[in-house]
Amino acid sequence: MIPNPVLREERVDLSGIEKAPTGITGLDEITYGGLPRGRPTLLCGAAGCGKTLFAMTFLYQGAVEFQEPGVFVAFEEHPKDLIINVGSLHYDIQKLIADKILAIDHIQIDRNSIQESGDYDLEALFIRLGFAIDSIGAKRVVIDTIETLFGALDNHAVLRSELRRLFEWLKQKGVTAIITGERGDGGLTRHGLEEYVADCVILLDNRVQDQLSTRRLRIVKYRGSAHGTNEYPFIINEQGITVMPITSSGLAHDASTERVSSGIPDLDEMLEGKGYYRGSSILVSGMAGAGKSTMAAHFADFICGSGERCIYFAMEESPQQIVRNMRSIGLDLQKWVNKGLLSFSARRPNLYGLETHLAAMHREVRDFDPTAVVIDPMSALMSAGIASDVHSMILRLVDYLKARGTTALFTNLGGVKAESATTEMQISSLMDTWLLLYNRESNGEHNRELYLLKSRGMAHSNQVREFVMTSDGIQLREAYIGPDGVLTGSARLAQEAKDKANKLLRQQEIERRSRELDRRQREIAAQIESLKAQLASEEAEAAALNQEGAAREDQLTADRTAMSDSRSSSREDVTPLKPTARMNG
Amino acid sequence: MTEQDGYNLRLYVAGQTPKSIAALANLTKLCEKHLAGRYTVEVIDLMKEPALAQRDQIVAIPTLIRHLPEPLKRIIGDLSNAEKVLVGLDIQPT
Repeated sequence: MIPNPVLREERVDLSGIEKAPTGITGLDEITYGGLPRGRPTLLCGAAGCGKTLFAMTFLYQGAVEFQEPGVFVAFEEHPKDLIINVGSLHYDIQKLIADKILAIDHIQIDRNSIQESGDYDLEALFIRLGFAIDSIGAKRVVIDTIETLFGALDNHAVLRSELRRLFEWLKQKGVTAIITGERGDGGLTRHGLEEYVADCVILLDNRVQDQLSTRRLRIVKYRGSAHGTNEYPFIINEQGITVMPITSSGLAHDASTERVSSGIPDLDEMLEGKGYYRGSSILVSGMAGAGKSTMAAHFADFICGSGERCIYFAMEESPQQIVRNMRSIGLDLQKWVNKGLLSFSARRPNLYGLETHLAAMHREVRDFDPTAVVIDPMSALMSAGIASDVHSMILRLVDYLKARGTTALFTNLGGVKAESATTEMQISSLMDTWLLLYNRESNGEHNRELYLLKSRGMAHSNQVREFVMTSDGIQLREAYIGPDGVLTGSARLAQEAKDKANKLLRQQEIERRSRELDRRQREIAAQIESLKAQLASEEAEAAALNQEGAAREDQLTADRTAMSDSRSSSREDVTPLKPTARMNG
Repeated sequence: MTEQDGYNLRLYVAGQTPKSIAALANLTKLCEKHLAGRYTVEVIDLMKEPALAQRDQIVAIPTLIRHLPEPLKRIIGDLSNAEKVLVGLDIQPT
């Protein structure tokens, strides 16, 4: 049930130690299986470290998850208080007690009412414990905190030998036990319990650094077993206890070839038209107001729009504010929240330490099981720790998310110049895709530009694009590249207007020339018409001439006929009219 | 003998161990000497009645509890130091 590295598991098997899982997330991983079964484990730490909660979780999980009944021997807290206190973790202890899978024995020793006279031993304690164990068939025992006895009884020599006997007895009983002990000066516990309980020692710690407290856990020793030796941060909240293994399993995560859209079609175009790789890490860096959150919101919107889950870790803005702001560019994130696809996780970076942040993020990712997460902005975490810590935290987060195949989009405030853009945490090398949003200032205005600095494993565009926020979301404009460099904003608009004017001018010129041609064509046609008319009139004249000629010829013929007629009649019948006709001829 | 005068004592032991035997012997001797006729002693063997250990808040063996007169008092040990037992039981030596 625990994702052990194979190598480790083999080593554990060789050592032959059987383990009892604690059910505490992370602890079973760093102990490679849990606490030594059938042996006592010492759990020590200063007041307020969470020893009692830790121990109770061990019993609760044992009873609920692993069907191992448990006995809680309380020297300090009254059972009633104990039940109420762990109620904050939603542990229903009363039900477990009623079901006889958990028993609480409160041992009250009031020093003032006890008088010592002569030799004694703690046989009654053994009897009580034995009775409690046998009555519910307990496999797990917690003794919290046995050192109280040192304050109540004077004869420490007896006490010490009895404690030694107690731990031996617990081993013989075969119960897996947790003995809690208060941290003492110079030693792990005030009365040197570590001398007796030597199989496994776990140290809890609550350190305050820069006014931020971080709980940490370390396995001081674990006889007969390999174990993680680092200090591991852990958190206690409503969901119980989570221990965060610092070291990741290594660089062995799968690389998906599947693609996921950036939510901005124009940007997808730059990424081979497909978008990011699924499970990759994307860094969006830029100055204040460059549009990082907007870009992140687009991504989240796309993820939810395709029916997948996304967690939006908001470090600076409240979810309501983000939802409101994104409405202005036409993104309705609230609807995804309502559908349960988008989870906002807003917390101030300085609310707690880095480790706690990391652990909390881990847990949320584990519980919500998203396919993508947004961390906006990552740089805010700088206020929760020093740079090297932030770097290591981001590294671990990236590793964790990659191992899960979760696509992660980080935004980062910074990156003043494109050429010298290095994030403060030098984390760009961890990222697969790096987008830089850059505000270029010129002509009394600044305009957003998008540089795709890198995108591993794809032939991405190297073009600088202008980045415009419209009421329909982000759009990328082809940047105008002229002799004076890249023109953006109003310079680009002016250039575009100029282009437009030129085009108009050219068009007008063409129109004018085509009209001229038209006119000339029409002129020629008119000329042709008039010539045709002339031709017709000439033809008509010629026809008339011919006709007249013919008529005259006829007349002449007629005259001649008449004349000859008259000549012949003068000899027989002469009329005075005839000479006139002769004259006309 | 009135209720106020009577000493109601309980001695918790665990089996017949030397300490238990010694405690009972010491107690009997002491009571006979100082409380003759106005005391009762009940010996409870937790080996036989383990549940009582929790009910009566017993940790050490042997434990002597003075139920009456009030208030409740506890003395642990084999009662070999008679003086301490007398102080513990609030008995004026006679």
